[in-house]
Amino acid sequence: MLNKKNKTYYVCVFFFCLFVLFLYGPTFTIVLLSFQGPNGGLTFPLNGLSTYWFEELWRGGSVVDIGSAFKRSIILGVIVMVLTVLLSVSAGLAFRKKFWGSDTLFFATVASLIVPSIVLSLGVALQFKLLDDFTKWLGSTFDINYINEFFQTTLGMFSSGLGAQLTWTLPFGLLIMFAVFNRFDKSYEEAARDLGATPWKTFKEVVFPLIAPSIIGIALFGFTLSYDELARSSQVMGAGNTLPLELKGLTTTVTTPVIYALGTVTTFVSFSVIGISIACYIWLKRKKG
Amino acid sequence: MMKFLKLKPSVGLLSIPYSLIFIFFFFIPLALTFIISFWDYNEYSIIPDFIFENYSYIFKDCFNFEKDLCVTFKTYLSTFLFCFVTWFFTLIIGFFVAYFLAFYVSSITWQIVLFLLCTIPFWTSNVIRMISWIPLLGRNGLINDFLLSTGLADAPQEWLLYSGFSIVLAFVHLYTLFMIVPIFNSMMRIDKSIIEAAYDNGANGVQILWNIIVPLCKPGIVIGSIFVITVVMGDFITIGIMGGQQIPSIGKIIYVEMSYLQLPAAAANAVILLALTLLIIWIMTKMIDIRKEL
Repeated sequence: MLNKKNKTYYVCVFFFCLFVLFLYGPTFTIVLLSFQGPNGGLTFPLNGLSTYWFEELWRGGSVVDIGSAFKRSIILGVIVMVLTVLLSVSAGLAFRKKFWGSDTLFFATVASLIVPSIVLSLGVALQFKLLDDFTKWLGSTFDINYINEFFQTTLGMFSSGLGAQLTWTLPFGLLIMFAVFNRFDKSYEEAARDLGATPWKTFKEVVFPLIAPSIIGIALFGFTLSYDELARSSQVMGAGNTLPLELKGLTTTVTTPVIYALGTVTTFVSFSVIGISIACYIWLKRKKG
Repeated sequence: MMKFLKLKPSVGLLSIPYSLIFIFFFFIPLALTFIISFWDYNEYSIIPDFIFENYSYIFKDCFNFEKDLCVTFKTYLSTFLFCFVTWFFTLIIGFFVAYFLAFYVSSITWQIVLFLLCTIPFWTSNVIRMISWIPLLGRNGLINDFLLSTGLADAPQEWLLYSGFSIVLAFVHLYTLFMIVPIFNSMMRIDKSIIEAAYDNGANGVQILWNIIVPLCKPGIVIGSIFVITVVMGDFITIGIMGGQQIPSIGKIIYVEMSYLQLPAAAANAVILLALTLLIIWIMTKMIDIRKEL
């Protein structure tokens, strides 16, 4: 067999370790550099160790309003996460049988993953621009006071921004549901139905506990992909920027380790979410087993 | 709609919220992009029309072969080159990482742990992962320090950062996962007894790899390649940040046109980009029977 410990095995282990170093090494460097002393610059050597740049980030002195961008990103991430779980689980249940339009919907799901993000972002921006124009036209034609005085734009974080991000997170959710239901033993469900349980009760008492660990996975994808999403939402966020958008702007303007401190903080948030999700997953699996 | 209601009233209906999102944020936006690519525009608004100027402007001077290559062709050529180089490296690295995970890690727990180790960076910020190359590749970065102190170079190497090299490096860093997952998936489906049979009949490791594993991984390789190529084709963020905003890409042209509110022009570019991307995917799916693999 292949898995005996010969020379190729050790070459492969070495190669894999190099790859992991390549994956994590750079991130580790900026975490290290974010603890740079007050006189330190963007590169090594470390001029002492301090939390100066984190304090600087907290004061917000040199940087745009990071605090509110951070808050916006978290709120949007949570909303995207909840919607991704609800919509992809319900669609996943529907997809267990063929229904009218199921082929088209599957096609859209896959296509949405590979369509260039800038194209989709442009499309959504165009759509909301037409929506704005139409609303203004309604306002002036029918003399609707509210629109004429207060209406500015339909474009915004919780309209166009949310929708654009969902086209990125939902496909992952649905594909996870496919993987789950491909390995799902239907006999439990049938037993519940034979015992007279209603469809809702069958779902709540039988199906849901079985798929709960995978739902954690969907939630993880929903939150992290939204929290870090950049390309699709770049044109459609309206007035308030999310954290990744601010970060992208900072790459060209900021020349102090403040940007590394920010990087460390957001990476810490991501890792915490990943850690919590994995812990929940293991806990649910154990409970079931 | 009626037909569908009669067939499966309770279960099929559950897909409606999901469908609505895709109708409103996927189908309609793409259709509008196509329609508006034929519209006219001025400094402050877009005007319904049916003109081909947005397209003809893109290919202006492109078919005049006495001059240099036009901007559009040059940009596409450079994007194709990035696609190819990135595809090559992600494929080689992704294949061997998946190969190690699938065939050399025998305990399932370790397989999951190591697989997660490869996946975790996908859930963290791409921008941060790009910036994190700066202290390594920059003018005063670690690599230049090393080269200078060992005497391997007399001057800091400028091509390490804000260059084609750093762009490809970042792409490989960010997207090798897109190769690992589908190839690993294909490898896990390979019946181990086939490999054992080949081994018993005297095939060596290289023969097994080339004649059994690679052909059986073809679907995974194609799916991974589609992901990597499409993501590089439409990119404007990685090329922007890692190229120091100096290297052109199609995504960037669209982005810039949007910031000048030349929306119909951006739409025309988007239509061409999308058509080319679909063409590439179509050619690649010809190589495998996708239906059989799902």
